[in-house]
Amino acid sequence: MDISDGRCRWDGLGSRDTSTRKIAMENISQEVLSRAEKIGPISEEVIQPLHSPVRSPDDLNWMLARLLMLSKRCPYSDVREKCLSVLQNVQDIGVRIPKPRGHGPSRFIPEKEVLQVSKVNAKMQVIFEDAFAALGRLDNISLVMGFHPQYLESFLRTQHYLLQMDGPLSLHCRHYIGIMAAARHQCSNLVNLHVNDFLQVGGDPKWLNGLKDAPQKLQHLGELNKILAHRPWLVTKAHIEQLLKAEEHSWSLAELIHAVVLLTHYHSLASFTFGCGISPEIHCDGGHTFRPPSVSNYCACDIANGNGTPDEIQGNHVVSVRNLDEEEASQEEMATRFEREKTESMLVAAAEDEDSVPTRDVSRHFEDTSYGYKDFSRCGEHVPTFRAQDYSWEDHGYSLVNRLYPDVGQLLDEKFQIAYNLTYNTMAMHQDVDTSMLRRAIWNYIHCMFGIRYDDYDYGEINQLLDRSFKVYIKTMVCSPEKTTKRMYDSFWRQFKHSEKVHVNLLLMEARMQAELLYALRAITHYMT
Amino acid sequence: MVKLLLAHQKAKAVGPQDSEDQATRGHSYQCSLQQKMEKMARVTTALGSNTISGCTMFCHLDAPANAISVCRDAAQVVVAGRNIFKIYALEEEQFVEKLNLRVGRKPSLNFSCADVMWHQMDENLLATAATNGAVVTWNLGKPSRNKQDQLFTEHKRTVNKVCFHPTEVYMLLSGSQDGYMKCFDLRKKGSASTFSGQSESVRDVQFSIRDYFTFAASFENGNVQLWDIRRPDRYERMFTAHNGPVFCCDWHPEDRGWLATGGRDKMVKVWDITTNRAKEIHCVQTIASVARVKWRPERKYHLATCSMMVDHNIYVWDVRRPFIPFATFEEHKDVTTGIVWRHLHDPGFLLSGSKDSTLYQHKFKDASRPVDKANPEGLCFGLFGDLAFAAKESLISGGGDSNRKPYGGGGDRRYPIFFFKKPDLTEQFAHVSSALSVFETDLESSRMDWFVKTARRYLLSGKPFGELCDHNAKVAKELNRPQVATTWTMLRIMYSDPGSLTTATGISKGGSIPLMNSFNMKEIAAGGLGSEGRLDRAKGETRQDSTHLDPGNSLLNNNDENEETEGSEGPADYLFGDAELEDDDLYPMENENATAEEAEYILPQEAFPLRHEIMDNPSVPEHLQDKVDSPHVSGNEAETVCLTPIKSFSLISISQPLYESHLPASFFSPVVREMLQHYAEAGDVQMAVSVLIVLGDRIRKEVDEVTQEHWYTSYIDLLQRFKLWNVSNEVIKLSTSSAINCLNQTSTTLHINCSNCKRPMSNKGWICDRCHQCASICAVCHHVVKGLFVWCQGCSHGGHLEHIMNWLKSSSHCPAGCGHLCEYT
Repeated sequence: MDISDGRCRWDGLGSRDTSTRKIAMENISQEVLSRAEKIGPISEEVIQPLHSPVRSPDDLNWMLARLLMLSKRCPYSDVREKCLSVLQNVQDIGVRIPKPRGHGPSRFIPEKEVLQVSKVNAKMQVIFEDAFAALGRLDNISLVMGFHPQYLESFLRTQHYLLQMDGPLSLHCRHYIGIMAAARHQCSNLVNLHVNDFLQVGGDPKWLNGLKDAPQKLQHLGELNKILAHRPWLVTKAHIEQLLKAEEHSWSLAELIHAVVLLTHYHSLASFTFGCGISPEIHCDGGHTFRPPSVSNYCACDIANGNGTPDEIQGNHVVSVRNLDEEEASQEEMATRFEREKTESMLVAAAEDEDSVPTRDVSRHFEDTSYGYKDFSRCGEHVPTFRAQDYSWEDHGYSLVNRLYPDVGQLLDEKFQIAYNLTYNTMAMHQDVDTSMLRRAIWNYIHCMFGIRYDDYDYGEINQLLDRSFKVYIKTMVCSPEKTTKRMYDSFWRQFKHSEKVHVNLLLMEARMQAELLYALRAITHYMT
Repeated sequence: MVKLLLAHQKAKAVGPQDSEDQATRGHSYQCSLQQKMEKMARVTTALGSNTISGCTMFCHLDAPANAISVCRDAAQVVVAGRNIFKIYALEEEQFVEKLNLRVGRKPSLNFSCADVMWHQMDENLLATAATNGAVVTWNLGKPSRNKQDQLFTEHKRTVNKVCFHPTEVYMLLSGSQDGYMKCFDLRKKGSASTFSGQSESVRDVQFSIRDYFTFAASFENGNVQLWDIRRPDRYERMFTAHNGPVFCCDWHPEDRGWLATGGRDKMVKVWDITTNRAKEIHCVQTIASVARVKWRPERKYHLATCSMMVDHNIYVWDVRRPFIPFATFEEHKDVTTGIVWRHLHDPGFLLSGSKDSTLYQHKFKDASRPVDKANPEGLCFGLFGDLAFAAKESLISGGGDSNRKPYGGGGDRRYPIFFFKKPDLTEQFAHVSSALSVFETDLESSRMDWFVKTARRYLLSGKPFGELCDHNAKVAKELNRPQVATTWTMLRIMYSDPGSLTTATGISKGGSIPLMNSFNMKEIAAGGLGSEGRLDRAKGETRQDSTHLDPGNSLLNNNDENEETEGSEGPADYLFGDAELEDDDLYPMENENATAEEAEYILPQEAFPLRHEIMDNPSVPEHLQDKVDSPHVSGNEAETVCLTPIKSFSLISISQPLYESHLPASFFSPVVREMLQHYAEAGDVQMAVSVLIVLGDRIRKEVDEVTQEHWYTSYIDLLQRFKLWNVSNEVIKLSTSSAINCLNQTSTTLHINCSNCKRPMSNKGWICDRCHQCASICAVCHHVVKGLFVWCQGCSHGGHLEHIMNWLKSSSHCPAGCGHLCEYT
């Protein structure tokens, strides 16, 4: 009873109607204050010794964190003010209140540069209110994307459709797939966010112990998730067959498409999250602090049970590069350039290898932690180059998605187009610049890293347009986003504005999503024919 | 070879005359002389291409094909793809590889063809569009191995299409992904003119066959543009043809005003562009995005299509019959990428290339005709129970009178209506005339009045079990349905506690039972046969069935016999006596129900408010019931017999030791279950569901969930067809099956329009996006009305129900101050 009640209360805050919000706020503040009084000034009790993955909404800390989030992120000023005053009251009672950790929505971008929730124009206000009404929160990702309202709108619409509208998968499954996908890149931000959502829509907390506790059906998806995230070119018809073969835990085609779209969406969103240095959400773990950072409590065995596959692949990668180069180079100068770019992209090492052992409990959600991006060209001898002209999003991918998951094809199509065509005709200090060349170069460079080749593109252009530090950044962000650092973010395109860097990030994210989608959809098409 | 050459020369000689002839054909159909000439011309062309004969055949290519094109004399075909560029000769029984144009030590990307076209004037001239943006021409007359002639690298992106001018030898047009179209003069080294579509990528370009200067271009954003080749600065016309990319277009070979387009939106549209605005005259809906479209020669209304994804078949459509393909070729195993009719004047052969690396020649005679497999019968119920049945005439009349009899039996009237379509000579479809028969059902017997009235008047909940049964029995009796009435009465007797009947309900009901019964029986006995005569046949069967069905049960059986045979006094006494006879057995057996009955009777006041609460907030009672561990599993939709659970529980626990059970509690259940099934099968699902609801827990476990669900859905469906929304809602609410219950929770969205600007309110909340005003404001308190809104029909002002009521008590004018004298009644 309490749970449903609690949810209603928080939902009320998303209403456009002032009085509804007021009533909801009133309820919340009473609840919080009464709880706070119960606990009294003995603030020690508030500190939880261990972080438990399942936290009921009744938990005072949870409520306080949420209030803190609302005080910063709610698009309605009345709620923000009220939340602040409630927190103040709680503090007066003597209970320790949370403080936001970090500075603003992004670690890379100074807070004052990012759009302030309190100071937005009417159009953004509407977008924010919509987002807030849909999810009961306004996440940092949206705030950072707020640099580009046109895109943000399309992005939120797509995400909302994927997560909450008609679709073959149940709501909690969708969030769980989101968790799986984000966990692949150890993106604790997204994982935490969706763990909350997952529980809120009635997901089974047991699943959160790791993929092994999830239903068989989702476990089967693990393999596809892994490959799509790191080496999408290895996805074959066989993988699809494996998932679809008529058995007890099999997937339907429509479900699979939905799952694939979700997976790719969250893989690329993880890239964006790391690429822009999005801070943890205030109300999630790590976004606020009133206790010492908890020691991670994942089971060691989870990490240990990686299936040992990567080692064998590791061995033979040096040889093939040359082979491939020779064969392709003999075709034509253009081909050589594609190859050069491809190999170069490989040499643009994913920068300083920090220790990549997954921290926190994110690792529970995926297996085989050591499976990561491998340069396409290193596997090139087995996998033929993907020719964009033979399987393109516009002609083939769209039709397939729309056939099996109506409307989503349209939404994705719009999103890709907006991302690809977005321009303000400015570059750093220059005005009226045609940026189409640059955008195309970035887009194709990313596709190139995934082995997708455009016949009609001169890959030499990439070298002229993208400098090395930028390439390092792109490569890191796209292939192993968790290694992105602020230094990388700062070191490319020094004179450029933050909004432009976010723009680049959007481009990267969408290009990556499209690349993954193309591989997955092509495999599905092969399966269907 | 000599023969071939000869034929070719002939064809050439015929060429100009032929085209001239075609030009005249369009204008003067009436002129018989002209027609004769045309015929002669056709004969000559047919003669000229006397090599055209053959069969359905195919050959393996080494690689997937992207496009194919055929030589003018229809003797050779060129296949182009990413890794293939070959010419095949078409022979009687097979394809023979003639030439591989992909030569050289290192095949360049210029060979990676997206499209290919064979010049229709010069058999040595070919053009290809490369994926890297190059346009290449090839001269087969070159002595060297490499036939490459010219190379144009002016496009920046993939070239999607090349097209030669149909009559001009040196004119080549290309359309590219970069949004430009270029016209090349093959005598020069570069493009003669460039056309900018000012929009997205060009997917197809086609010269008009008849109009020397015109060409059409289709775009990725859904537009089609018409250009004059002399005016590169601006298109002549533009119209939006499809939603999403237009992948292909094709001019009609005879009718100069017709352009067919195919798009990603799975449609083929035929446009008439002779009018001021391009007019869509035909539209064919396919099952996948349309990659190519080609008009069929010599058949004005036919066109062939193939798809880009998923669907591998080639369809030939008659655009006047857009619902079913005229013919289908199903040979390919992967998507078809190129289709072309083999000869300009021969509709009998189609060539196709595919991603499955095969090249096919399809003979039209071998095509499968989906029409033949289609089901030519149609059946539909009318509003008043009439039945319309349409079928091929041959099917109906073929059987003769013996076949007709069963349709016309039983006093139904039948109207055979025959439709003849005006025979259209150009139409290739088999001539189908179909007969439509309408069967009118007898008004009396098919009247569904009883259903509606019964549904309205039945009580399903809200009263004690006994009363409900009585009420329903009365309703049934008044509607001349004695059997149903008897069933209700019997149900009451079977499941009611006789003790409570005589004691607790003594005054109010005690007398009514015998009275009801005797009345009931009398009526039947008196007019029994007469009323039965009025029943439709199904009813009659029902009755018979029921007597057959229930022989095992003495009680039911007896009653049925009574009903039909005995006099007026007898059955009542007998029935009652029967019940009394079994009282001893009934009494202990029914003790559980009996106490429940009693409990409810004592506590009606408690029961009702509770149920109201239930309606307000469905989640609360669930908890409540869970807590008390009520026997009702999904208890929020209270049964008739639903009590305050706590009370009944305690009562049961007390009463149980008081009585000794002799019979198992489910003594009657099998019988009742059979009865329900019988009613449902006989088409009276209403009875089945009503009994199910009224009996509630007594019977629910006897009938399996799926059947129950099935009954509920059929009944609800029926109710909704009769627009009995309230009843259907009640039934949904009272049902115990979760699948039915959730019907009430779907599509609960209410769409509202803003009262100020009359636009739909898309957002949540009460403020309109467009005019930024609050919608539906109360005229008295000026706040948003969120519940009942009452308004004056005269001045359309209104507000909260209470406010308006209060206002109009003291004032007779409209609260909004509009001066209208509002009335509240």
